[in-house]
Amino acid sequence: MKAKHQRLILAAVALVGVAGAGVLGASALRDEAAYFRTPQEIKAGKATVGEAMRLGGMVAKGSIERQSDGVTIRFVATDGKASVPVQFTGIVPDLFGEESGMVADGRMRADGTFVADRILAKHDERYMPPQMGEMPKNMKAAPKL
Amino acid sequence: MDWTRGSASLKAARAMHAYANPTRFLAIAKPLTPWLLGVGLLLVLGGAFAGLTLVPGDYKQGETARILYVHVPSAWLGMGGWTSLAVAGLVQLVWRHPLSGIAARAIAVPGMLFTALCLATGSIWGKPTWGTWWEWDGRMTSMLVLLFLYAGFIALTTGDAGGGGGQRQGGSLSRGAAIYALVGAINIPIINRSVVWWNSLHQGPSITLRGSSIDNALLWPLGLTLLGFSLLFGAIVLMRMRRIIADTRVAARLRRLADDEDG
Repeated sequence: MKAKHQRLILAAVALVGVAGAGVLGASALRDEAAYFRTPQEIKAGKATVGEAMRLGGMVAKGSIERQSDGVTIRFVATDGKASVPVQFTGIVPDLFGEESGMVADGRMRADGTFVADRILAKHDERYMPPQMGEMPKNMKAAPKL
Repeated sequence: MDWTRGSASLKAARAMHAYANPTRFLAIAKPLTPWLLGVGLLLVLGGAFAGLTLVPGDYKQGETARILYVHVPSAWLGMGGWTSLAVAGLVQLVWRHPLSGIAARAIAVPGMLFTALCLATGSIWGKPTWGTWWEWDGRMTSMLVLLFLYAGFIALTTGDAGGGGGQRQGGSLSRGAAIYALVGAINIPIINRSVVWWNSLHQGPSITLRGSSIDNALLWPLGLTLLGFSLLFGAIVLMRMRRIIADTRVAARLRRLADDEDG
């Protein structure tokens, strides 16, 4: 066997080892590296009351209510399987709106409401001209979250 | 040995080593550089003009989404840069091809530049859309790791391309640098999958093998800037390779002169 072939085999084995380690590490990080938790995960008991966390989901249609103080809003965050009521006092990003994604920093209150300190808007991967009547042919279906 | 009756692998090896001689490589790289540079610049300017003025704004984000014509090519080139760096590292380790180390050195700087451009444009885009300049989500964090990987590679390989003083000759990579290039490649699929594996603030991929979720009316300038930036990347790499070859030749000549004086 030529030295070149030995080096090639050695490099291939090392590459497979490194790739395997990377995949194992990435899958071990699956929960830890998640940027937010979904309403379903919270309903499944993955949130302790008072623990600082992030909640991500779609703002349910028709759920945004402005409170009488004028700066507090309440809405329902949903992932299609479960939903969590959210309360937030402050200014939301321009893209925040119903039937659109959002991520909230905050903590669960004992009554099951998520009290947010900060809200970020999350948009999906679709880009199209405004006033487009229907989904163009070349586009994929709308994502779930 | 009769080369004309060589096996397939021998022929492949001959084809690869035909460019081992820098003179042969330079004969192609020299005339190619201005073409890549000129056509690349035209495409980038045309694509940017079209993206900024000819196409409509996005239905949801409005004018803000136009930054994608720079952001997306930067991300692809940052990742593509490391992929080719890793291939060059592998070729260096296994075949000891003389141009592989030179190519890896040449790729690192523009690769890092486009990664930084991707992070900067992403941050500028994030503020008006998401409401934040920076978040530690999977996509952003793994892209920042790529920037640091580039910085590490450049630090490992700077100053040892020439000759003399115990430095590496002919621009080849040290074994450590080549292995580093290979190991760092594990970050590339992680960046690509980060928005699929983990909940992230960054949206999912718009352009996949199944098609594009960017409407054609907004998509076509991206093709121009993507090709344009890629050609510019190629031009920068060729220019840097020629410079490194020139440096190593000067170093070799100086070494020979010094040897002659000693003798």
